[in-house]
Amino acid sequence: MDLGLGVETTGQYQMSHLRAIESQSIHIIREVAAEFERPVLLFSGGKDSVVMLHLAQKAFWPGRIPFPIMHIDTGHNFPEVLNFRDRVVAEIEASLIVASVQESIDSGRSVEEAGTDPSRNRLQTRTLLDAITEYKFDAAFGGARRDEEKARAKERVYSFRDEFGQWDPKNQRPELWSLYNGRHRAGEHIRVFPISDWTELDVWQYINVEGLDLPSIYYSHRREVFRRDGMLLSVGPHLTVGSEEELFEATVRYRTVGDMTCTGAVESNAATVDDIILEVAASRLTERGATRADDRASEAAMEDRKREGYF
Amino acid sequence: MELLRFATAGSVDDGKSTLIGRLLYDSKAIFEDQLEAVERVSSQRGDDYTDLALLTDGLRAEREQGITIDVAYRYFATPARKFIIADTPGHVQYTRNMVTGNSTADLTMVLVDARKGIVEQTRRHAFLASLLRVPHLLVCVNKMDLVDYEQSVFDAIREEFTAFASRLDVADMTFVPISALKGDNVVQRSANMPWYEGASLLHHLETVYIASDRNLIDPRFPVQWVVRPQATSLPDYRGYAGRIDGGVFRPGDEVLVLPSGLTTTVAGIDSYDGPLEEAFAPMSVTLRLTDDIDVSRGDMICRPHNRPTVGQDLDAMVCWMTERPLQVGDMLALKHSTRWVKAVVRELHYRLDVNTLHRDEESTTLNLNDVGRVSLRVTQPLFYDSYRRNRQTGSFILATEDSNLTAGAGMLLGPD
Repeated sequence: MDLGLGVETTGQYQMSHLRAIESQSIHIIREVAAEFERPVLLFSGGKDSVVMLHLAQKAFWPGRIPFPIMHIDTGHNFPEVLNFRDRVVAEIEASLIVASVQESIDSGRSVEEAGTDPSRNRLQTRTLLDAITEYKFDAAFGGARRDEEKARAKERVYSFRDEFGQWDPKNQRPELWSLYNGRHRAGEHIRVFPISDWTELDVWQYINVEGLDLPSIYYSHRREVFRRDGMLLSVGPHLTVGSEEELFEATVRYRTVGDMTCTGAVESNAATVDDIILEVAASRLTERGATRADDRASEAAMEDRKREGYF
Repeated sequence: MELLRFATAGSVDDGKSTLIGRLLYDSKAIFEDQLEAVERVSSQRGDDYTDLALLTDGLRAEREQGITIDVAYRYFATPARKFIIADTPGHVQYTRNMVTGNSTADLTMVLVDARKGIVEQTRRHAFLASLLRVPHLLVCVNKMDLVDYEQSVFDAIREEFTAFASRLDVADMTFVPISALKGDNVVQRSANMPWYEGASLLHHLETVYIASDRNLIDPRFPVQWVVRPQATSLPDYRGYAGRIDGGVFRPGDEVLVLPSGLTTTVAGIDSYDGPLEEAFAPMSVTLRLTDDIDVSRGDMICRPHNRPTVGQDLDAMVCWMTERPLQVGDMLALKHSTRWVKAVVRELHYRLDVNTLHRDEESTTLNLNDVGRVSLRVTQPLFYDSYRRNRQTGSFILATEDSNLTAGAGMLLGPD
């Protein structure tokens, strides 16, 4: 009996954990496509959004994905990631919307933070909410996972946002069985997290099983870096290397994809997905703790940003 | 590797957080930066121990007030299984959160303090697990180290619990004597309790047989989405995408579509990874049918000789989850399977005391966190099974029409 599950089948009429969470995610994506008028899929080029996009393809196959894909472009992206984004979108013939943080700054909607090497992490929220309003999106898929961060561990799969795009963590709708409540009034919207129940390891195992393509920065490579706040940052156009900061070349890879200004590399020789799975399984640091300056601001940095309407 | 979802609930002092912390730590699902953050906050607050509850208390208000407000989901894996824990708080919104956590659980873990024995909360907890028809109940008699690992203490609790549970509908019940703090019988069998011959807690979680918990008998396929590529390469393709909520489907099966009542056969089962020889619950697939009949979202594909109940008058156990009470005459939005309908509350038969199981037939409202038996009339026929037969096609949610809040959870009482 071939169920199309290959070696992952755990017995008759049993599904492997990857196929179980895959089916759950596809079910969520289809519900949203059916019940909302204008959904959009937020795509950063990071591994989680790559998995989410792949699940969306599976959900509607052999049809095309029935909603556009949107990238919030901070202007501080890794060039490898932008190249990857354009290639993937062309391959699956999806329609891509790019919402630009630089344009929000130029038009006066956002103000660049003060100081050297300002992070645009927080500015993404304004650009995202403006784009949601402009295109009248009523549902936006995000690739956040509950194991990533403790505020996210409490967030619903369908996460309600009021007319200001705000999340109210103390007033969330209970979520039972797989009966999602996407009801909302005009101007409100729902963020949908179809891979809520996936862990970092699940994502890598799935990338392996499905043979998914990723931006090259996830794999070990040589790069000129310097150390700041305990993180290895890449030399690039948006970072000013201080006189006390020493440049050196190292063999590194990225565990997450964010802005060049706030995403740290980890020293690693993991050059293949198999290597990475071994590394992730043995790691004693969370991916965000290891590599994201944006989460280090305070104990509740993520919760505060999410309240404002962040991803 | 299989997936097991389990729910836990309990109060601050019954050792639940310690137990979860131990399971996560021993399976390396807690990371050093998380542990350091917890240690830092614990010492800032002046705790004399590391409060592992801080690992799951993710919201600022929870950390400030030292309470858990909401269901938290935690993840860990052993070489045998992947686990998703729905960790529900003991005090605030207890029933609402327990019902939510249990709705998707394969197993519920009840903690009993060996020194205190069975308390009101234990009974409530077991009742809600049985109401939500969680197939497996695991009773952990904790703090055995504080009663000198005495078998008689464990036996007495087991007997009392078993007697109480005979009034409930629990399919599988297992008892484990543990000390979460000392680690006895958590991961490994403990030398301190040689009289206990069962498996360790983790071993039970890894091996409890869950494959037969799904309904693989009654074929149910609610249509979520019609796939019509309208591409030149696939001019006439028409497939019905959905998740199988019961039974097994194979190409060639004779099927019946509701509400039309028309019969046809399954022409093929499609997936991105290729055609399938068969598909079973809870797989998400796309069915193609031999005949070109009208099928749309909200329709149900089943078998001619195995159909769900079709009806507009529903009888259900409802858990109420919002401040404004439920009353006879209320009009609500109801989601069942893949359709939203309107529902009016026809009758409130009784309110059930979740602690004593007493039925209050005089009650005229269901308040926040109440459970009761309710009759509803809906605007369109639903295709449903009793909740005891199928947790997917037997459940619904209720939402308020003005504020759109999820206000209630319903479990259908069917003909069987």
